[in-house]
Amino acid sequence: MSKAGPSSASPLAGRLQVSAVLIGGFACILAMGTSLAIGPASIDKTAVFKELIDRLPFIAIDSGLSPIHKSVIWEVRFPRVLLGALVGSTLAVSGASYQAVFRNPLADPYLLGAAAGAGLGATVAIVTGSGDGIGAFDMVPVLAFLGAMSAVVMTYLLGYSSGARRSPSALLLAGVAVAAFLTAIQTFIQQQNVDSIRQVYSWILGRLNTASWTEVQLLAPYALIATLVMFLSRRTLDVMRLGDTEASSVGLRPQVVRFLVIAAASLGTAASVSVSGLIAFVGIIVPHAVRLLAGTSNRIVLPLSVLYGAAFLAFVDLLGRSLVSPAEIPIGVITAFCGAPFFVVVLRTSRKALA
Amino acid sequence: MNHCSVRNVCVNAGKKVILDNVSVTISPGEWVSIVGPNGAGKSTLLSVMAGLRSSSGSVHLGDTDLADMTPRERAHHLAYLPQHPELPPDMSVSGYVLIGRNPHIPLLGSEGQRDIEILNQVLEQLSLEDFQNRTLDSLSGGELQRCHLARILAQDTPMILLDEPTTALDLGHQQQTLDLICRIRSQRELTVVMTMHDLSLAGQYSDRIILLSQGEVASEGTPKDVLNPDRLSALYGARIQVMEVDSDIVVIPTRSREF
Repeated sequence: MSKAGPSSASPLAGRLQVSAVLIGGFACILAMGTSLAIGPASIDKTAVFKELIDRLPFIAIDSGLSPIHKSVIWEVRFPRVLLGALVGSTLAVSGASYQAVFRNPLADPYLLGAAAGAGLGATVAIVTGSGDGIGAFDMVPVLAFLGAMSAVVMTYLLGYSSGARRSPSALLLAGVAVAAFLTAIQTFIQQQNVDSIRQVYSWILGRLNTASWTEVQLLAPYALIATLVMFLSRRTLDVMRLGDTEASSVGLRPQVVRFLVIAAASLGTAASVSVSGLIAFVGIIVPHAVRLLAGTSNRIVLPLSVLYGAAFLAFVDLLGRSLVSPAEIPIGVITAFCGAPFFVVVLRTSRKALA
Repeated sequence: MNHCSVRNVCVNAGKKVILDNVSVTISPGEWVSIVGPNGAGKSTLLSVMAGLRSSSGSVHLGDTDLADMTPRERAHHLAYLPQHPELPPDMSVSGYVLIGRNPHIPLLGSEGQRDIEILNQVLEQLSLEDFQNRTLDSLSGGELQRCHLARILAQDTPMILLDEPTTALDLGHQQQTLDLICRIRSQRELTVVMTMHDLSLAGQYSDRIILLSQGEVASEGTPKDVLNPDRLSALYGARIQVMEVDSDIVVIPTRSREF
């Protein structure tokens, strides 16, 4: 027998493979670069490239772009691409982290009610008129964030009062209950305010079309902190693969690790959905694709999910705004459209990936 | 290492008594085997000693109550191998063995040079160098058992607790595993506590045997004292002969002549 896993090339198990990092980096640059170059406003692609180079330190090139075109690139396209990459990477690494702590390959970032809470918060902001979807004083992201975090806290309190300390599955069931309850309230409010139903749906289906530097600034600190904590937990999450008892025997407190990682993943998810709406499947598609490509060690899956998540959502957003241009397909529709067949492929090609 | 003393330990599961007022002491450097019929409480006693199962009574390492230690502090003193360890199938051997270094690494930290050195030492000690990049699901039972031992040894503790480490191994691999533990024990001056079903092997390798029955200590002492045919026959409900071959104890079950 000489079967070796994907991590076999490294003397230290699970060390990142250079090829996988390079592919991810290339995909990221390609998706983000293409997104910057393509859009309803017809701008010369070479000039866009020159404009980007011009912004690098110690380099000065005249792109020849008009101030309006420069504004389109730096005030419209760039924040949108950056926001898409940030949301994609945060949702992907959060999904990978949830899957690791719950040891459940179907866990996603919305598992503990973050999506339902954010949906309720956003709906309240929209129907009360306190959120118009645009600008620094828009209450939609604020209430969506508060809704998402409140939902996760409720799930945690309910789960731990129902025995989640002994079994993480109690936390999952609490998440189902909280999500169902909050979704019921959200649906009721939505039905009572049919005049704003289009706005609510637009938010629920995910959106990056309102992206500005404000959203990037809102999300970036939370996304960076959350991603850093999850990234630093990657070794510990591999220890957790042995189960609570054995993890405890080698000195871990499984509940502490679970709390830390869930808190970070929930923070990142809440911040992401607050600025982008509900974009489904990213937290499942990307980590699974990474596992199929590079192996299942969390030392590999978490860092690569950041890279591939950014590339994936940047690419999906490009599709969403290009396929029926100048109209847009909601980004959540495309991720769901990709997600369902992806599951079929995963199920048919690799039982091991879901083991 | 300090001695390990188990004092008046009781464990219940509902109304069922699993351990009933068990008190034993393990001296530094000893090899102690815990034996007994199925359901006697062997694995439960070992997990209580590992601090992984709550009980009434106490377990002390020297003067320190195990209950007052954090999991990390505990993991610096003793390493525990369950009867059926969890095996992430696609984890590499080196990744699995490195898990044993966890108590020596900060919660959000990564392995350092010292951890890699110890990994390499342990892999060499257990002749696993050529396996380090193999995945766990590609290993045979004997190879896996060496991986488990490597993980335990990488933890670098003065005491190891092994729950039936030879279960599911053939005769040759059982002996090889125990010989390996014997060799490492003398190299590292380890204290070894293990549960065993095979009374002959327990008798041949252990300094002392603790015989449990229905959650109580039925007998405790040297293998010759404890492995008494009448006592074993009564406790196991079996026909048993005990012989001595080349100064090694051999416990033989014998068939009934009635059929």
